[in-house]
Amino acid sequence: MSDPATILDARGVTKRFPGVLALDHVDLTLTPGRVHALVGENGAGKSTLIKILSGAYHADSGEIVHAGRPVSFARPLDARAAGISTIYQEVNLIPLMSVARNLFLGREPRRLGLIDLRRMNREAAAVLDRYGVHVDVTRPLGTIGLGARQMVALARAVAEDARLLIMDEPTSSLEPREVETLFTVVESLTAKGMAVLYVSHRLEELYRLCETVTVLRDGRVVHTGPLAELDRLTLVAHMLGRELDQVRQEGTTRFGEHRDHTGNPPVMEARGLTKRHVLRGVGLTVRAGEVTGLGGLLGAGRSETAKAVVGALPLDSGTVTVGGRRLRRLSPATAIRAGMALLPEDRKAEGIVPDLSVRENILLAALPRLSRFGFVSRRRQERIVATFTKRLRIKAASPEQKVGELSGGNQQKVLLARWLCLNPRLLLLDEPTRGIDVGAKAEVQALIDELAADGLAVVLISSDLEELVEGADRIVVLRAGAVVAELDGDDVGEHAVMAALAEAEPREEDDRDD
Amino acid sequence: MTTDTAPALGGRRAALPRLVSDYGVYAAVLVLLAYNAVFTPYFLDAGNLRTQLVQAAPIVIVALGMALVIGSEGIDLSVGSVMALAAAVIPLYLGFGMWPAVLMALLAGIAAGLFNGTLVAVVGLQPIVATLALLVAGRGLALVFAGGQLKQLHNPELLALGDGELAGVPVIVLAAAGLTLATAILVGRTTYGRQLVAVGGNRPAAVLAGLPVRRILITAYVLCGLFAAVAGVFATARLTASDPSAIGNLAELSAITAVVVGGTPLTGGRVRVLGTVAGAMLMQLVRATLIKHDLPDSAAQMAQAAIILVAVYVARERRTR
Repeated sequence: MSDPATILDARGVTKRFPGVLALDHVDLTLTPGRVHALVGENGAGKSTLIKILSGAYHADSGEIVHAGRPVSFARPLDARAAGISTIYQEVNLIPLMSVARNLFLGREPRRLGLIDLRRMNREAAAVLDRYGVHVDVTRPLGTIGLGARQMVALARAVAEDARLLIMDEPTSSLEPREVETLFTVVESLTAKGMAVLYVSHRLEELYRLCETVTVLRDGRVVHTGPLAELDRLTLVAHMLGRELDQVRQEGTTRFGEHRDHTGNPPVMEARGLTKRHVLRGVGLTVRAGEVTGLGGLLGAGRSETAKAVVGALPLDSGTVTVGGRRLRRLSPATAIRAGMALLPEDRKAEGIVPDLSVRENILLAALPRLSRFGFVSRRRQERIVATFTKRLRIKAASPEQKVGELSGGNQQKVLLARWLCLNPRLLLLDEPTRGIDVGAKAEVQALIDELAADGLAVVLISSDLEELVEGADRIVVLRAGAVVAELDGDDVGEHAVMAALAEAEPREEDDRDD
Repeated sequence: MTTDTAPALGGRRAALPRLVSDYGVYAAVLVLLAYNAVFTPYFLDAGNLRTQLVQAAPIVIVALGMALVIGSEGIDLSVGSVMALAAAVIPLYLGFGMWPAVLMALLAGIAAGLFNGTLVAVVGLQPIVATLALLVAGRGLALVFAGGQLKQLHNPELLALGDGELAGVPVIVLAAAGLTLATAILVGRTTYGRQLVAVGGNRPAAVLAGLPVRRILITAYVLCGLFAAVAGVFATARLTASDPSAIGNLAELSAITAVVVGGTPLTGGRVRVLGTVAGAMLMQLVRATLIKHDLPDSAAQMAQAAIILVAVYVARERRTR
């Protein structure tokens, strides 16, 4: 049936969600004693695949052969019983219970039918010691550091006799020292024959730890094989879906020519935006009439930078200057008053108010400045809404239709209208064309060009490399929360962006101040 | 995941539950009225209808404030205790006359609302926990004010609030109607009302749109406290006594019931003012109908429970569209 040397063999795994094919005939083979990397950008299907392997989802079709037998996990417990242990990003432990209880949850040592607390605590301390974690095991788990929590999860998986360990971005909130400890532990586990599926966006870690790699894109496997044979640039190209030798000369997007705006005074200057584990001293200058692209892989800090600029992400330090004046207290309200607006990445969670009408969604941010004594003239509202529905060609039955009933593209246009009717100086667009149909996408791209031509400063974030390169006059490339390259004029190109993404990571210790 | 739902399609599938959720409460009130008109002797008597309205009025007033808070994706468990607090404050200041006493009672309600709102919006406690504190402490405080005793009230002006009438309509019913109108305008027409609904509908979006979310939330709780105090004043006047241990008992549950039965989802983002009034009326009519047919009060309570379940179930259907 299957090679005895494989622990898990997934073949043709397919999973469909309403409207989306999340996984399309995905194959994955995991071998004992090896660390296998699973990479891909947003929406590639990594989480869906992990959830199927760990029993949280059920595949629509395809086969999973585990230890030589075809298996079908009905629930996570079955996968655990079969020796597959998953450590999620948000650690799935119980914060209010003690470290020792978390470690032994469900397998507590007993004495006379009761939990033998003393033995449990003693053994827990001994186990964690081996993982380099020295904490009081009777303390609630929530009071110890994230790195130590990650280790507890790991120790628990091992103690459960797991033979396959799935780790979903385990290092995203760890200190460099903790990352080292984690790697040592993972290496010792594989030496004992455990198979590890390792999900991460940090190329550095992948090349350090993993022997083989599977790259997913749009639900399909686009590459699988030994990692050592793949140079960084090619790996990045696979992830972003760009073929290196045939980067197209003529684009398919609706963006016009690049322009040079270095003469214009900066509209917004951000300096040293810093937040622990997220941003490390990001600086960004945006000029009138210029589209500044933010490039980077998933988790590089692009959305976070945009949010920080408009005060929606509390910072440890950093300044934002608009039109030469430094904003004193950063908050969305002050940012809007200063003329900045952010179109958020997650339209449903942070953008639309689904039960309110198109009219009310468009005017949500403008309402305070339109109102007289707490009331807003209905006629005035309707005039503004009519202007923008026409200009952005929003298709709705009427301005009173609920926004939740519109298509994704029209919802996005409603959100654009919400910001444009404030007449901003700087518009930050986070994935403005994600999840909208082709027609609306072209319209939004054309609109971005038009706005910039009218003198608006635009920050464009897009995981679609082609859109980014053709839309932006200038690109700032981020990696691991820091600016690693700034591309201007003729340097703006897909190859240059990918090269910047693939470069060796800056040494973290130099940049961190902790 | 992005799913582009064509308007017509989504609309039709959700049509029935939405109709029931939006208009079911009015239909239920009409059905009960029709039933009683036929089967209950003297039900349509002016005197009886008047009694029904007078009995429902305090709950209507409390429920209006509750609807605002629930629309903001919150809840206020303390309204019954705030009613008691208002009742306890009245005799302390009645020596200065009716108006000073009422004013102080209303201020007590506003203070309670400020306390709740601050805990929710500034400290960031969950509304159910934040207001639970005052549910317990408020009545305790009221009992301390009152010295743990019922006080008979004799101020004629105050008592007139309870049994007086204007142009043949009881003052308390007029007050409830006036507050209903004011709340409807607040929610439907003012900037504040629309912002409140937006905060309840999608708080992260409201924050990103630069709305003063804290101020909006605190105001909702202050209004809720104020409305509860108004209800407390009327309840005291009708009882002709300040009885902090009895006034407003379980009012929070009646108010939440009226709001939910009226079609306001507990998940926020929507405030149905007239629906809330109808919800309060419905619960009142159910009780009256059963009692007039000599069924015990316990049967009425079970009927109310059944209605709540139906209302919540229908709302759930609509949500999972």
